[in-house]
Amino acid sequence: MSTPSKPTASESSNQKALITVRDLTMAFGNFVVMHDLNFKINEHDIFIIMGGSGCGKSTLLRHMLGLIEPAKGEVLYGDFNFTKADPEQREAKLRQFGVLYQSGALWSSMTLAENVGLPLEEFTDLKPGEIREVASLKLALVGLKGFEDYYPSQISGGMQKRAGLARAIALDPEIVFFDEPSAGLDPISSRLLDDLILELRDNLGATAVVVSHELPSIFAIGNNSVFLDAETRTMTAYGDPKELLAHSTDHRVRTFLTRGEEEGQNPARNHG
Amino acid sequence: MQAQENHAKPAELSFQRADPSTLVVRVAGDWHLRSGMPSPLLVTRELDKSPKPKKVKFDGNQIEGWDTGLLTFLMGVADICQKRKIELDMSALPKGVGELIKLAETVPEKTGARLERDHSSFIETLGKATISYAQALDEFLTFLGQVTISFAKLAVGKARFRTVDLWVIIQDCGANAFGIVTLISFLVGVILAFMGAVQLQKFGAVIYIADLVGIAMARDMGGIMTAIIMAGRTGAAFAAQLGSMKVTQEIDALTTMGISPLEFLVVPRVTALFLMIPLLCVYADCVGVLGGAFVASTMLHVSFSAYFRETIHAISLTDIFGGIFKCTVYGIIVAVAGCLRGFQCGNSSSAVGDAATTAVVTSIVYIVVACGIFAFLFNTLGI
Repeated sequence: MSTPSKPTASESSNQKALITVRDLTMAFGNFVVMHDLNFKINEHDIFIIMGGSGCGKSTLLRHMLGLIEPAKGEVLYGDFNFTKADPEQREAKLRQFGVLYQSGALWSSMTLAENVGLPLEEFTDLKPGEIREVASLKLALVGLKGFEDYYPSQISGGMQKRAGLARAIALDPEIVFFDEPSAGLDPISSRLLDDLILELRDNLGATAVVVSHELPSIFAIGNNSVFLDAETRTMTAYGDPKELLAHSTDHRVRTFLTRGEEEGQNPARNHG
Repeated sequence: MQAQENHAKPAELSFQRADPSTLVVRVAGDWHLRSGMPSPLLVTRELDKSPKPKKVKFDGNQIEGWDTGLLTFLMGVADICQKRKIELDMSALPKGVGELIKLAETVPEKTGARLERDHSSFIETLGKATISYAQALDEFLTFLGQVTISFAKLAVGKARFRTVDLWVIIQDCGANAFGIVTLISFLVGVILAFMGAVQLQKFGAVIYIADLVGIAMARDMGGIMTAIIMAGRTGAAFAAQLGSMKVTQEIDALTTMGISPLEFLVVPRVTALFLMIPLLCVYADCVGVLGGAFVASTMLHVSFSAYFRETIHAISLTDIFGGIFKCTVYGIIVAVAGCLRGFQCGNSSSAVGDAATTAVVTSIVYIVVACGIFAFLFNTLGI
């Protein structure tokens, strides 16, 4: 899987950023999860948010989507200050995004076709028949042709995730957010999902923000990334994950990217 | 780690001084969890004896079997020694033991991660509880305000929800509630009639049971019983539905799709209950009167027709509409409390249960409070 010749983080400082995270501090009460996060995501990037379990990757994603308010700092989409915007402007902006949640988060009282169709029903003037057709097409894109009338509880976890992706791309979003896309999937399904993410970027021109700790997937799809370090509670690396693997000097970043196998280290023995 | 269950000696602990500054702790016998184990405090006691040792050495050559029991004991001792800055020598323990202890100690405890337990005095707890009640009322009113705004949007045709959902909820909290409402109202009618009968029979004024049951049902009992049934039935269901949607991130999915969960989930629920509860209330009134008539005609020799004539004579339209109005308010309380508790649900399955419980409690408390306020108002206004 070759990475298309998109500009990497280092060369693209003058390119206009699609997403800017500025001085972001995330906290629950007095407990600071991460502080002083600063990074930019360019158009057509597949941007990986990586780090160990429980370091706040998903929390960062939820901050970027406005589901949690930051303790400090802000998130900008282009020139649009998302953190300072009022609820209605936010809603309008959110419609340009698609989100795939960790568990799929399909609405359990609706069939797959209705799940995918809901955003179309709400935000377009399509007729019911047309909505059904579009929903079938999106389901076919993720390999779920023929499952239109199934309820989420009737299909497997991997299929739920793919259906969640079909729903996320229902309105051809500019940015698609993925929360641990490969969690709970077997290696082949996980690889298929990676391919889907690449297809989305290459063919629909979308930008992807992916929360992940799956190394094969990170190297296969990511062309820019940020590493969240649980010890120092801030980001310790930023850039193309492949370059980070080749050039990073930070000990914990290296341990993460090599699964601690470099120099025969055992990660458990090297923490701290 | 082989256990020789039958003829293993119990866990043994003995102390020895190799030299004045070195304490040798000899562990022997069977150190399995299920056979019980000595407390590390025994070691503390030994460490307190003078001359105070500077080094603790374990001797485990006579251990016959061990599992987590031994490890827990050793970790306890290690903690004590670390606090007192005493050197620890574990070289003479079974091979796996040292490795496991090392594994448990490699990752240092994350500072600030351990949850602090609250040690507050009674007064402090009382104060906090009072404040939290005030906050709960504040939350309820804020939520009620947000729901009102959503309805304002609905009025100008900007709210988004699926009509199908509305019909499903209407069916669920309307038609499907008939059975339980019938049963309870009928019995309430019967109970009221019996209560009245005891007194009224003394005066030979049995016919006035019709007045008693009719007015009581129409003014208060019909509405309040319906509302309490709906709180237990529908309010709890709303809280559980929304709570589990929160747990599975379905509510987040709505938000990030640019669909307001308030409009999409709360508006149809409040609307459905708002439309259905007055009908249920009228139905409950009628069934309650039937219950009274049943008692009067079968046991007190009042004819059905006389009973109904008396009922119609006794109840005014004001009574009925007053009752319906009150019940509608209770219905809104039930729906809003159910949805609010659902939205406030935490992220676990036990939290969904809590949400359903608190929804019912909140509904009933506010229903009774509203009932008291209405009683005062209606009385003052002479309705």
